[in-house]
Amino acid sequence: MSKLTNEQIEQNFADLHPLMSAAEALAEASRCLYCFDAPCMHACPTHIDVPSFIKKIASGNLKGSARVIFDANPIGSTCARVCPVEALCEGACVEKTLVQKPIEIGRLQRYATEKTLTDGEPVFAPGKLNGLSVGIVGSGPAGLSCAAYLARLGYAVTVYERRAEPGGLDTYGMAEYKMTRAASLAEAGLIGKMGVKFVTRTSVVADGRGAGAGTVTASELRSRHDAVVIAAGLGATNRLNITGEDLPGVIDALTFIEAIKTRDWSSVPLGRRVAVIGAGNTAIDAATQAKRLGAESVMLVYRRTEADAPAYDYEMELARQDGIDFYWQTTPVEILGDGRVTGLRCSNVKGDETVIDCDQVIKAIGQAKLGPALGEMFGVEIDEKGRIRVDDEMRTSAAGVFAAGDCVNGGAEAVDAAQMGKRTAIGIHRALTGERVTFAGSGVSK
Amino acid sequence: MADLSSNFAGIKSPNPFWLASAPPTNMGSMVERAFDAGWGGAVWKTLGEPIVNVSSRLASIDHGAMRMIGLNNIELITDRPLEVNLREIAECKKKYPGHALIVSLMVESKREAWHEIVKRSQDTGCDGLELNFGCPHGMSERGMGAAMGQVPEYTCMVTEWVKEVAEVPVIVKLTPNVTNIIPPAKAAMNGGADAVSLINTINSIMGVDLDTMVPHPNVNGMAAHGGYCGPAVKPIALNMVSELARDAEFTIPISGIGGISSWRDAVEFMLLGAENVQVCTAVMHYGYRIVEDMIDGLNNYLDEKGIASVSDIIGKSVPRVTDWGNLDLNYVVKAHVNEEHCIRCNLCYVACEDGAHQSFEFVESNGHRYPRVIEEECVGCNLCALVCPSPGAITMKRRDDGSNPQTWQERTAS
Repeated sequence: MSKLTNEQIEQNFADLHPLMSAAEALAEASRCLYCFDAPCMHACPTHIDVPSFIKKIASGNLKGSARVIFDANPIGSTCARVCPVEALCEGACVEKTLVQKPIEIGRLQRYATEKTLTDGEPVFAPGKLNGLSVGIVGSGPAGLSCAAYLARLGYAVTVYERRAEPGGLDTYGMAEYKMTRAASLAEAGLIGKMGVKFVTRTSVVADGRGAGAGTVTASELRSRHDAVVIAAGLGATNRLNITGEDLPGVIDALTFIEAIKTRDWSSVPLGRRVAVIGAGNTAIDAATQAKRLGAESVMLVYRRTEADAPAYDYEMELARQDGIDFYWQTTPVEILGDGRVTGLRCSNVKGDETVIDCDQVIKAIGQAKLGPALGEMFGVEIDEKGRIRVDDEMRTSAAGVFAAGDCVNGGAEAVDAAQMGKRTAIGIHRALTGERVTFAGSGVSK
Repeated sequence: MADLSSNFAGIKSPNPFWLASAPPTNMGSMVERAFDAGWGGAVWKTLGEPIVNVSSRLASIDHGAMRMIGLNNIELITDRPLEVNLREIAECKKKYPGHALIVSLMVESKREAWHEIVKRSQDTGCDGLELNFGCPHGMSERGMGAAMGQVPEYTCMVTEWVKEVAEVPVIVKLTPNVTNIIPPAKAAMNGGADAVSLINTINSIMGVDLDTMVPHPNVNGMAAHGGYCGPAVKPIALNMVSELARDAEFTIPISGIGGISSWRDAVEFMLLGAENVQVCTAVMHYGYRIVEDMIDGLNNYLDEKGIASVSDIIGKSVPRVTDWGNLDLNYVVKAHVNEEHCIRCNLCYVACEDGAHQSFEFVESNGHRYPRVIEEECVGCNLCALVCPSPGAITMKRRDDGSNPQTWQERTAS
């Protein structure tokens, strides 16, 4: 349904924050004040020593710069691309106070890590094998980070991934103009080169539930490994529970984005007039990408006000720049259609009804928690919000079972998952060996 | 509109900004373009016996993304035939009678050689002569340039030779490659010089290529020390200018040279005793056009200060320079952090902690952690204020009441 040529679409999906040139990086790195006990480092959930890696760019020590980044964040190249830097490091940058222009930390971080990514050589070697083994369920940000630190400590690490490729949302769920699948796979590849084994196309299932090709049971995992980490993320997109939800032309945002990640543009199911339901960051990703693919018009429909929209301000701004139409305080009540979507019937706060003319509806109203299912599978406690309960050392209620990432915090940024992966590796090491270790940024406060 | 006109040792120019003897004054067409851009005077690229230059010749020191805070060169004096230069100087002077045109000279240490070039040079109608006793590279190995300026007796002798035949003012350009600038400067004065100019370039090696391990600039795998100039040398030049300016026995005018890039630099040189200034590196970096803001900025500065003529600022800061032993030991300043301007980069904290006197602590204030000065520990060194990137965030406040000034001289005398 796209009105655009392939070339135009390729242009629309070019990097939002392109790789810096050497001259650009030097100029920007030189602008950094090299703060002491820097606010950016505190603001980063993994506490990367930002001034240190930037100073190394300025001194021409790119290898050392990449080391500083990956030391504190094994998915530092992903985070350089997808982090909400405006809300984190760059939001805290003192240059924002001084000249209203923070240092472009995200782009510098990408510059510093790019060579490691393209060379495919990890900056940290695996530790000497200590004879202990850890199984990690899920190869998203939390799983990858945990795996990298465990490998550095000498563990034999196996990561189980239900999909064909590792990386989780990094590989399948990031807006393509922020991060390509290739970049995510390259970073997972670095962790693979540290000796971490990826067992893909393999789902973890409850005991006694059809264990066979492509599955592994929870108790098999626990018997194979000295510790198990649940880093399975979140589940399917929530249902609207309104009439017409199963009509052809209704799709959930994650499925839509996953189709885009193939970069086979013509294979992406795309309407002419697209209504996106929700106003979180995923809703924005879906809306902007629908527009960039060539939808004639894209409408963001949200039941609450603009001020209530959970998306970051800069994401909203991007949506505005892309020409998305906003329908605030508009609650979908029925998807209309006869064999195919023809409209979205909505009500406003006064109870008045309108019909939005559309031929595709993209649902982006959050993902289900996997906690209840996983809790039952592994016998671990779940909190009232469906999240796996962990203690300070990322231990669940079941001995030898740890958890990290979105299934623990209910859904946050990749960088938050990376920090939890780090803390989980530290927790596992203490549980299995009694030794307390630290990694870069593991002991820094917010 | 302040009066910017200048009279330097009898040489008149519309403003005190001259181009120093260097590549920007290599030939007539260049000097004419410079005068058109607004330069008040120019000292022609040094004349002498024909030489052969090497390639490459220049190297720079950068700071971060800032290019060329210092420049060095191993270029020699003019490589053009003497007749061509003299003809162009004469033509240029005719075209620009109101501008100062100075001829820089360097020949071997023979009286006749100096007599001859002085006579031929002043036949062009030029306004003055500048004796290049300063170049520290190449020519000095042949007994010229800095080899002259480093030996006061030679400086005096050659100046005398020149003055025997000179009919225009003679300026002696001094080398900074000496332990004390006063003896060579006085030697020039005693030889009859009408003025001095300083500083010429400083002996330097600019750096080493980390791959080839050959220093810069590389001449077929080898390097030689060169003359260093540019913004980074300004403090050295300011000191040498002020040393001469505050010496009561030194009575001839000073032309200030060394890293001058803006009207502000020029004002500083003049406040410390220079009667005019000469510029090279900034023009090599940005072109003749920089003089526009030098004139404009100087004029606005003088107007704002209510100063009618640029000549009124000459030497104004000289009485403020003294020996350390005359400084007040009981004057006390302490740093103070103004939280409303503090951006919490904590550079003051780490600089004081590791580079000074451990006079900072962190305090919680308005929900943030701010650095604060421990006044009992602060020695008033300025380091925190110097590293602070946020204007107004750190001020140095006077803490004594001024009732009991005492210098080291006074303390040890009593």
